Amino acid sequence: MIEIKDLHKSYKMGSNSLHVLKGINFSVDKGELVAIMGSSGSGKSTLLNILGMLDVADTGDYTLDGVPIKDMNETKAAQYRNKFLGFVFQSFNLINYKSAMENVALPLYYQRMPRKERQEKALKYLDQVGLKEWATHLPSELSGGQKQRVAIARAMAAEPKVLLADEPTGALDSTTSYEVMDLIQKINDEGNTILVVTHEEDIAHMCKRIVHLKDGVIVEDKKVKQVRASAYV
Amino acid sequence: MFNRDRWKEILEVLTSNWFRTVLTAFGVFWGILILIILLAAGKGLENGIKADFGDIATNTMFMWTRSTTKAYKGLPKGRDFNFKLEDVQSIRDNVPNLRFISPRNQLGGFRGGGNVVRGIKTGAYNIYGDYPEIINQDPMTITSGRFLNHNDINEKRKIAIIGNGVKNDLYDLDETVLGTYIKIQGVNFMVVGTYKKNSNDGDGEEGQKQIFVPFTTFSQAFNRGNDVGWMAITANDGSSITSLKEDIVNSMKVKHKVHPDDDRAVGYFDLYEQYNRVESLFGAMGFIAYFVGILVLLSGIIGVSNIMLIVVKERTKEIGIRRALGEDPWSIKKQILMESIFLTIISGMAGITFGALFIYGVNAILDANGPVDMFLNPSVSLGVVVAALAILIISGLLAGFIPAQSAIKVRPIDALRTE
Ligand SMILES: Nc1ncnc2c1ncn2[C@@H]1O[C@H](COP(=O)(O)OP(=O)(O)O)[C@@H](O)[C@H]1O
Ligand SMILES: [Mg+2]
Repeated sequence: MIEIKDLHKSYKMGSNSLHVLKGINFSVDKGELVAIMGSSGSGKSTLLNILGMLDVADTGDYTLDGVPIKDMNETKAAQYRNKFLGFVFQSFNLINYKSAMENVALPLYYQRMPRKERQEKALKYLDQVGLKEWATHLPSELSGGQKQRVAIARAMAAEPKVLLADEPTGALDSTTSYEVMDLIQKINDEGNTILVVTHEEDIAHMCKRIVHLKDGVIVEDKKVKQVRASAYV
Repeated sequence: MFNRDRWKEILEVLTSNWFRTVLTAFGVFWGILILIILLAAGKGLENGIKADFGDIATNTMFMWTRSTTKAYKGLPKGRDFNFKLEDVQSIRDNVPNLRFISPRNQLGGFRGGGNVVRGIKTGAYNIYGDYPEIINQDPMTITSGRFLNHNDINEKRKIAIIGNGVKNDLYDLDETVLGTYIKIQGVNFMVVGTYKKNSNDGDGEEGQKQIFVPFTTFSQAFNRGNDVGWMAITANDGSSITSLKEDIVNSMKVKHKVHPDDDRAVGYFDLYEQYNRVESLFGAMGFIAYFVGILVLLSGIIGVSNIMLIVVKERTKEIGIRRALGEDPWSIKKQILMESIFLTIISGMAGITFGALFIYGVNAILDANGPVDMFLNPSVSLGVVVAALAILIISGLLAGFIPAQSAIKVRPIDALRTE
């Protein structure tokens, strides 16, 4: 599903240049649930953003579902993000003047899906994250855990090939964190490919594979026995 | 492009900060209001001055004789001469493209008050000896009976067409007019028609107090022989009298043995030139109105552009989110442009509406208080409104262009990072 080879990325800050990713090689198969771990500043988000086509690498190859991602114009990139990728952010990133349902329907709107169909589908996904009754509420009326569930519903609504989550539980207390991880595990159970960036051990162990990032390279890549989050909920 | 979701979003964005939106809208509102009012005022002035020309065919000149100022061919200077009836044919033979040449004679006016008597009622009016064609050059509406015709000319009939002003003076309200007689300087004429002239300026009163009689009858009755007082000459539609007048005057100089360089001997008034001068004056006024109006509007537009930039900046993060979700950059650009155009058009429409109400009010006051000299019926045409709308749409596009560009200039990842 995902294949990257010798990926490099550095940030230029004035005359200085900060080499963040120094040759990353790894691949993810369909249906995997991968945790990307590492200390703060180790380049986890940078890697995820490149995988999500929000940012571009300096050198290296990236293939997503057999399609080489290279030299894309913004219009094309937008199409790929819309069709292939779903994002979940630490800070939820819901649009605050749109209701939960409108937020979920947004990626479908960009696919030019008719209004009615779009709303039905958005409701279906809200129902899956257990927030059907909250469809008409604004994000400001929801708790942190609910917001993240809306964000997950939104990410899944376009039925992406890969779900990318950058510290999805970073802003939540441990109980709500486990609820969110439970949801992510269920989505993975249905065969979806998911990458979760985290620096929390317990969250990482709820995935099936842990990739450890340090000083811009992968220092460890191991399969783990998945801890079911439902045990804690 | 015009789907419901877009409109919903435009309204959501513009209503999220009412006060700011209204302030911004006011700039455009004010600009278009000034433009409309300036144009309407110019039009009012134009209407007022053009009304002074009345219905007179504007491609017309008037020509009369004066004393010569140069000796020529043995004739002394200071000689008086008159146009003759044959001169009409002579001009027609020498100068092409003339539509009407009307020789005229006049009693009253600058040649002393004509005395008209009917029973015990009297009045002083301008009496004209005319050919039937004069009605094409100095238009009037025949309100009863008929105007002059060629049989009147040939048979030297003693008939007269009188203005409504004359009728009101000499007749009671319910009296029959046609077929009655009036005495002009001791000569009896039968009234066969009445007329009314369209003119709303100060001369209107004067215009209704004229009497027209056949040229030939006039000459005989008042001993003018073959003399012609002055001529009204109108050119064909395709050519201007201004370009023909020199030929006409020269042909008369030759015929009456006037020195070619004697510019005083033949007097004339070129209505067309005069009219064109007024036309170009109003052209210039229109230009100034547009110029000033558009400058004021421009400051409104810059205001809109400025606010849109702020809106875009405030929404940087949101735009980042939307791009992460896969919104086409073009779609974002379109959204910003539409917001800008929408704001401009709504405030501009308000300005146009307000301006129209204002003009309506001024007209109502003018109507109530009677006509004002040189100002009549200020208005803006549909064309101006359409032009104003076009200007608004273009301005809205221009105002939104830079903000829209800046909205998609930020990379999605940077947009997402902003707080
Ligand atoms: N846009 C940027 N400009 C400059 N430096 C950046 C930028 N984004 C990230 N960095 C730097 O790159 C390093 C890796 O950042 P990041 O990928 O966000 O780490 P993590 O998500 O693992 O905490 C950090 O040192 C961070 O300061
Ligand atoms: Mg990070």
